[in-house]
Amino acid sequence: MNLTLHVWRQDGPTAPGRFETYQAKDVSEHASFLEMLDLVNEDLTREGKEPIAFEHDCREGICGSCGMMINGTPHGPNKMVATCQLHMRFFHDGDEIWIEPFRATAFPIIRDLVVDRSALDRIIDAGGYISIRTGSPTDANSIPIRKRDADEAMDAAQCIGCGACVAACPNASAMLFTSAKVSHLGLLPQGQPERWTRVVDMIAQHDLEGFGTCTNHGACQEACPKGISVDFIARLNRDLMQASWKAAEPPVAAAGGGG
Amino acid sequence: MNLDAKIPAGPIEQKWDKHRFDMKLVNPANKRKYEVIVVGTGLAGASAAATLGELGYRVKCFTFHDSARRAHSIAAQGGINSAKNYQGDGDSIFRLFYDTVKGGDFRSREANVYRLAEVSLNIIDQAVAQGVPFAREYGGLLANRSFGGAQVSRTFYARGQTGQQLLLGAYQALKRQVALGTVKVYTRHEMLDLVVEDGVAKGIVTRDLVSGKVESHAGHAVVLATGGYSNVFFLSTNAKGCNVTATWRAAKKGAGFANPCYTQIHPTCIPPAGDYQSKLTLMSESLRNDGRIWVPKKAGDERRARDIPEDERDYYLERFYPSFGNLSPRDISSRRAKEMVDTGHGVGHMKNGVFLDFKDSIQRLGREVIAERYGNLFEMYEKITGENPYEVPMRIFPAPHYTMGGLWVDYNLMSNVPGLFVLGEANFSDHGANRLGASALMQGLADGYFVAPLTVGHYLAGVPRDPVTNDHAVFRDAEQAVAEKTSRLLAVNGHKTVDEFHIELGRLMWENVGMERNEAGLKETLQKIPEIRERFWSEVRVLGSGDTLNQSLEKAGRVADFLEFAEVMAWDALTRDESCGAHYRTEHTTPDGEAKRDDEDFAFVSVWEHKGVGEKPVLHKEPLEFENVKLSTRSYK
Repeated sequence: MNLTLHVWRQDGPTAPGRFETYQAKDVSEHASFLEMLDLVNEDLTREGKEPIAFEHDCREGICGSCGMMINGTPHGPNKMVATCQLHMRFFHDGDEIWIEPFRATAFPIIRDLVVDRSALDRIIDAGGYISIRTGSPTDANSIPIRKRDADEAMDAAQCIGCGACVAACPNASAMLFTSAKVSHLGLLPQGQPERWTRVVDMIAQHDLEGFGTCTNHGACQEACPKGISVDFIARLNRDLMQASWKAAEPPVAAAGGGG
Repeated sequence: MNLDAKIPAGPIEQKWDKHRFDMKLVNPANKRKYEVIVVGTGLAGASAAATLGELGYRVKCFTFHDSARRAHSIAAQGGINSAKNYQGDGDSIFRLFYDTVKGGDFRSREANVYRLAEVSLNIIDQAVAQGVPFAREYGGLLANRSFGGAQVSRTFYARGQTGQQLLLGAYQALKRQVALGTVKVYTRHEMLDLVVEDGVAKGIVTRDLVSGKVESHAGHAVVLATGGYSNVFFLSTNAKGCNVTATWRAAKKGAGFANPCYTQIHPTCIPPAGDYQSKLTLMSESLRNDGRIWVPKKAGDERRARDIPEDERDYYLERFYPSFGNLSPRDISSRRAKEMVDTGHGVGHMKNGVFLDFKDSIQRLGREVIAERYGNLFEMYEKITGENPYEVPMRIFPAPHYTMGGLWVDYNLMSNVPGLFVLGEANFSDHGANRLGASALMQGLADGYFVAPLTVGHYLAGVPRDPVTNDHAVFRDAEQAVAEKTSRLLAVNGHKTVDEFHIELGRLMWENVGMERNEAGLKETLQKIPEIRERFWSEVRVLGSGDTLNQSLEKAGRVADFLEFAEVMAWDALTRDESCGAHYRTEHTTPDGEAKRDDEDFAFVSVWEHKGVGEKPVLHKEPLEFENVKLSTRSYK
C-alpha cells in the first residue's frame, strides 16, 4: 500500500516544530508501524534528509519505549497494543496518517517524536517500591497470598510505563500509571507497612511534575496497551482518603507511662 | 593473559560458603569512600547497583535507555528456575547444578554453576519480598511449572511476563536507593570506552545521547552488565538497541573475550515476513508441550495446511526422536527445522517456516483448555501475523536469542583486567555451550544481588580509599578517541545507510556462523568481514550532527563494533574444531547427525586477546575440569 504521512518534526526542546509530509511507498500489510517508519527513514537518509527520531527498543510491546500519537490516538487504532505491535493491515492504501509525539507539560519534547518521560521515574522514586534489604527476606512461601489478590496485583503490575495514559488524558494526568503501582504494591501483604505513606508521597510527586488531575474521563484505560483498568484509580483514591485519616490519628502512646 | 579462575578449594558444596567467609570486608564507615560504576540497568545491572548502594558504596549507574526500566531482560517470558523443591518432586541444588552443567554440554565451570544453583533459592525469596507477583495456587502458595524439558517443576513465573516483573522489582530496588541518595542513575548515557591505567580499570567514557557531550567517569571499580550480542545477526529476538559495544570496547582495552561462538538459537520464533523485517519475535517454548511440528512431505507444496492430508505430513521431530518428539532440546529442534526449510519443505509465503499445529490438542482437550494455557501467546501471534492459531497452524522458525559467550571472568566475576567486573549475559561463565530455559533471569539476578556485591567489596578492600578523579591524561585520551570516532562516522558521508551494512553482516553471520558452521564457510566469513568493514568506513551515510539526539549515529557506532567483533566469533567457531551444545560444526556429528564433542582436545574455555582491528586475535585457554558431573553424551532418542 502507499500512504501519505504527516510527521511532527522538531529539532530540539526549544525549537519550533512543524508537520512534514512524506510518502511511504509499497508498504506490506504484514509490516509493523515502526517497520514502515524504518523504511521511510531509510529513504530519507538516502535523500540526504535526517531521519525521523522515534523511540523504540524491544518491538514486542513490553519495554514501553515506543509511543506516538497516530491520527490523534496514542499507539494508534488497534486496541491493547503498543505502537510496535500495530501492524499495517489496520490501514488502507491511500490513507493519510498524522503522527505526533505524546503531548503533555510533564513530557517535554526532546526531538521529533521523542519525549522526556523521566517524570514517571521520579514518581516511582517517591515511594513506588517495598523497602527490603537484599538477602534478608524469609522463605518465599512463608507468606501465602490469596490467588485473587496475587492476580489482581499482577493486573496492575503489567504497566509498561509508556505514558500513553498521559497522552490520552485531556488533563495530561498520570493517575493510571501512579494507581497501577500503588495498587500492585498495596494489594500484597509485603506492601502494607508503607501503604499509606506511599500513596501520599507518589501523588505529591505526580502533582509536582505538572501532571493534571483525574476527572474520570477514562481515556487512559482505552489507550493503555495493557488494558489497565481505571478501577485502580478508584482504589488509589480510597487509599489516599484513608491515608489522610491515618495521618490525622495521633500515635498510640505507650500505656502506663512505660515504667 | 592471566586466567586464574580463583576457584576456592574444597568440596563443591562448601566453596561459596567458605569463600564468603574468606573474602575481605570493607568497614561500614569506609564503604562510602568507594565509588562503583555500574553500566547497564537490566536484571544484573539494576540488582547489582541497588545492592551495592544499599551496602553503602557510592554508585553511579548508566543506561542508554530513557529509563532504568527498559532493558531487554523485560522481554523474558517463560520464567525463572530455582531449586526450591516446593513441589517435592525430587529437585535439589545438586540437581539444578547437574542439569545446568549437562545442558551446557560440559563447557561451563562447575564451581560457578554450583553457586548459581545455591543462590537460586535466595532469588525467589528476594523477589517475593519485593512484591513480584508470581503465579500462585488457590491455597496461596507459589505455583511452579516444568520448563524446557526439565523433569522437575522448578520454574516460577508471572504469567508470560516473568522478566518484566523481575526487572521492575530490581528497578524499584534501584529507585529506592536513588531516593536514598546512594545511587545516581544516568539515563540516555551510552558507555563508549573503558578507561584502563597501568592495567587496572579506572572508569568509563560515556556519550550523553541528548546533548552529545562526551564525558568520563572515574570509579574504584567498574561493573559491566550490558547483555549479549545476538544482534550481530541483525535479525534476532533481542531488542533493537542491544549491542556488543561496551564489552567489545573493554575487550579492546585488554579484557579477554570468552567463547564468542556460543550463540543460542531459539526454535520457536515467528519467521520473517519480508525484507523490511526489523526483528524477530519469540513465542514461548512452552507451546511445544501441546503443539505438533510438521512440514509437507512434498517439497514445494503450495497447498494450505488444512488441504494437506494426514499421510502427506511429516511430523519430523516425532519421527527422528520418538521419545522426546516435539520437546527435543532447543539446538536439535532448531537444526532440524532449518534442514526442512533448506530442503524445500518450508511453509508460509516465503517458505521459511515449519508448522506448529494445535489441531490435535484442541480436539483432545478442547479449545478452552488450550486458551487457558496459551491464550495470550495465541493473541500475540495473531497480532503479528494476522492468522488465528486456533484455526490454522502457527508458523515458526529458529532465531538467534541468547549468547552464552561473553567477557571472561573468574569465580569473583572479575575479568582479567583488575577492577573490571562483568555480570549477567555479558559474561561467559555459567551456561557453557548451551543455556537451559528459565536460567537467564536466574543468572542475572544471582550475579547482581548475591555475588557481585560481595566480590566487588572483596576487591575494594584491597584498593586505596583515596578519592578517584578523572583528572588524568588517560581519561583525556580516552575521551578524545571517542569524540574522534564519532566525528569519523559523521564525516564519511557515503551513500549507504547503517542498516544496509548491518543487514549484510547479519546475513553473512547467519549463513556461516549461525546454526551450523563448517571450515570453508568460516574461512570465507573471515575474508568477507574485513571487506564489509572497509566499505562501511568509506560508504556509510550518517546524517546530522554529534551534538544532538542522533539515532543513526548511535546505531552506526554499534554496527562498527559488530563489524570488528564478528571476526572474533568466526575465529572462535573455526578453532573450536568440535561440536558442542549450540556450536554445531557439520564436520563433527554422530552417525545420527547430533553434535559430537571432543573432550580430549576441547574441554577448555577459549579466551581471545585482541591484537588490533583486522589482526588475528590470540587464543588463550582455561582448562575445564569435571569432578562432580561425569562427562557423558546427551541422547534424546
